[in-house]
Amino acid sequence: MIDAVGNPQSLLLLGGTSEIALATAERYAARRALRVVLAARPSPRLDAAAARLEGVGATVMTLPFDAAQVSSHPETIEKAFADGDIDVTLVAFGVLGDQEKAWADHTTAVELAQVNYTGAVSVGVLLAGALQQQGHGALVALSSVAAERPRRSNFCYGSSKAGLDAFYTGLTEALRPCGIRVCVVRPGFVHTRMTAGLTPAPLSVTPEQVAEVIVDAVAHGREQAWVPAPMRFVMSALRHLPRPVFRRLPI
Amino acid sequence: MSKTIVRSLTGWGRTAPSAARVLVSPTVESIQRAVREATEAGVSSRGVIARGLGRSYGDPAQNAGGLVIDMTGCNRIHCLDAERGLAVVDAGVSLDALMRAALPLRLWIPVLPGTRQVTVGGAIAADIHGKNHHSAGSFGNHVRSLELVTADGSLTTLTPEDDLFWATVGGMGLTGIIVRATLALTRVESAYFIVDTDRTANLDELMALLTDGSDDRYDYSAAWFDALSTGARLGRAVLTRGRLARRDELPPKLRRAGLAFDAPQLFTVPALLPAGLPPGGLANRVSFSALSEAWYRKAPARRRDEVQNLTTFYHPLDMIGQWNRAYGSRGFLQYQFVVPFGTEDAVRRIVEQIARSGHVSFLNVFKRFGAASAAPLSFPHPGWTITVDFPIRRGLAEFCDRLDEQVLDAGGRLYLAKESRTSAATVQAMYPRIDEWRKIRAAADPGGVFASDLSRRLELL
Repeated sequence: MIDAVGNPQSLLLLGGTSEIALATAERYAARRALRVVLAARPSPRLDAAAARLEGVGATVMTLPFDAAQVSSHPETIEKAFADGDIDVTLVAFGVLGDQEKAWADHTTAVELAQVNYTGAVSVGVLLAGALQQQGHGALVALSSVAAERPRRSNFCYGSSKAGLDAFYTGLTEALRPCGIRVCVVRPGFVHTRMTAGLTPAPLSVTPEQVAEVIVDAVAHGREQAWVPAPMRFVMSALRHLPRPVFRRLPI
Repeated sequence: MSKTIVRSLTGWGRTAPSAARVLVSPTVESIQRAVREATEAGVSSRGVIARGLGRSYGDPAQNAGGLVIDMTGCNRIHCLDAERGLAVVDAGVSLDALMRAALPLRLWIPVLPGTRQVTVGGAIAADIHGKNHHSAGSFGNHVRSLELVTADGSLTTLTPEDDLFWATVGGMGLTGIIVRATLALTRVESAYFIVDTDRTANLDELMALLTDGSDDRYDYSAAWFDALSTGARLGRAVLTRGRLARRDELPPKLRRAGLAFDAPQLFTVPALLPAGLPPGGLANRVSFSALSEAWYRKAPARRRDEVQNLTTFYHPLDMIGQWNRAYGSRGFLQYQFVVPFGTEDAVRRIVEQIARSGHVSFLNVFKRFGAASAAPLSFPHPGWTITVDFPIRRGLAEFCDRLDEQVLDAGGRLYLAKESRTSAATVQAMYPRIDEWRKIRAAADPGGVFASDLSRRLELL
């Protein structure tokens, strides 16, 4: 159960090697005894992630999970809930890809869309069912500021996140009457493995900062969160810029 | 007609919602059937819990994904025996309704909490206490027998001779569904109190006044204290103590209608507070400091033998319907603990930390508890109990965790009817008799069919 101030007892991380997901788990583990289910492709990185969380006192179980293999998702989600209730679920998987390759190369574009959008919808539907069954829980989906307005520089990624964002925003409303809280988190540029080597955009943040916002959003039942918070106003302004101006911006 | 509907529920603090199937307008038979079905379904049923008027602050009357039995539909008063001072009532009867029925017969509910809007079943399950704990004990001490629907769906009558009776008293509904109880009421001549008021400059003065022997001369005693002032005014308080008035003590005007009781509800806080209100509601340091100052100043420094009615002396909050909404959409929590006598330094330290924390509380109660009950999970123990309300805001989680450590270090405990956020390990360390309770509970309900959000969160079973 999630308590009155937002402490959960259990956590499911889909994309269990995501740095944001692990930073979130560490924050929770620092406050209460925590059971974590890490779902990701089996790899030394997954083992390292499990070891890292065990190091901070969490009880960890790992589950093989491939976001692109949607037919395997029902079994994965069932297994994730087999050992008891899941209080907080983080949909934290995603690929950034090479933008120039992604919009020009069919295979790359489809794979990106399948992981970031189809995969997210696939687990979203299954999680909605499992959470309704247990009657409680919070679901956090990692969107991106890129979902707000497509840019020339990363519209393939942006479009997949826009799809995810719209789906989970709708799911927020659908699950509200059932006592289940969904939160769509939109971080800006996050310093992670995924963005290593890229030039940081202004207002860039660390995975720990995103984790702090996630924990706060779950505690207060917030349905949408920007990281950092001022990003909301930046993106709101950008969204309304006329195209001729927007396309000349160095972003 | 009994039926089930799906509903999202919270406690009085309006935090941590969860959805459950709710059985409304139940009968004893439909409760027995529902429990039997849940037991037969095993773990997949996610269990059953009873719910009364939802005045517990946290999650004891919620059961996510399972069945919640709305007991407020079982509200018949079967018998009021003025001669023997006994009441036989359904578990869903509120103390308000019982009091209205009992007063004309010159009978009084021996233990009243800070609101009359609780059910008899809930009063037993939380083993509630009132301002007279030091003289009358807790609610369970006045229950002569109770009827419990146990895990196999059978109806069992329990008396204080039975272990299961005492596991049910304070057992937070986890031993079964209480459907009926026989209560011993006390006799009164009026519904008015003869009240003495003392204002103290600080907490030390208050504790001195409560331990100089004078407190035992009053049946009822509790203090409001200021949880925002610090330094020499730390914990300044208004102590009101009294006893029920005899008829001949009332002014002539009240003598004739001394048993009538007036419980006006002045207004109800609307569901939607005015737009633009911060998420913390009306609670902030400025509003609460002003309110505390006014509350302290308006009290007389010393007054003797004042006649006060029940609402003024006992239930001022019952004048405002749905007052919990004033704390805004994020809700609030109530932090109530007791620490043993001899730990006054810890009491002082905790009150000081609260005052300096930046978390604001206005409805603060300080009371001296008397002897404990025989129930393993009963909250009241000899010592000092403090109650404060905090709106949910950033940093509260960590702050309350720090308070927990000090309460536990001092040998104290938290009240499960108010609890909404502590850790399983902490609460289990605070209740040293929990394993004894678990054994009795498990014998009555081996499959663990009685379960709640509270029992899952604090791993009580």
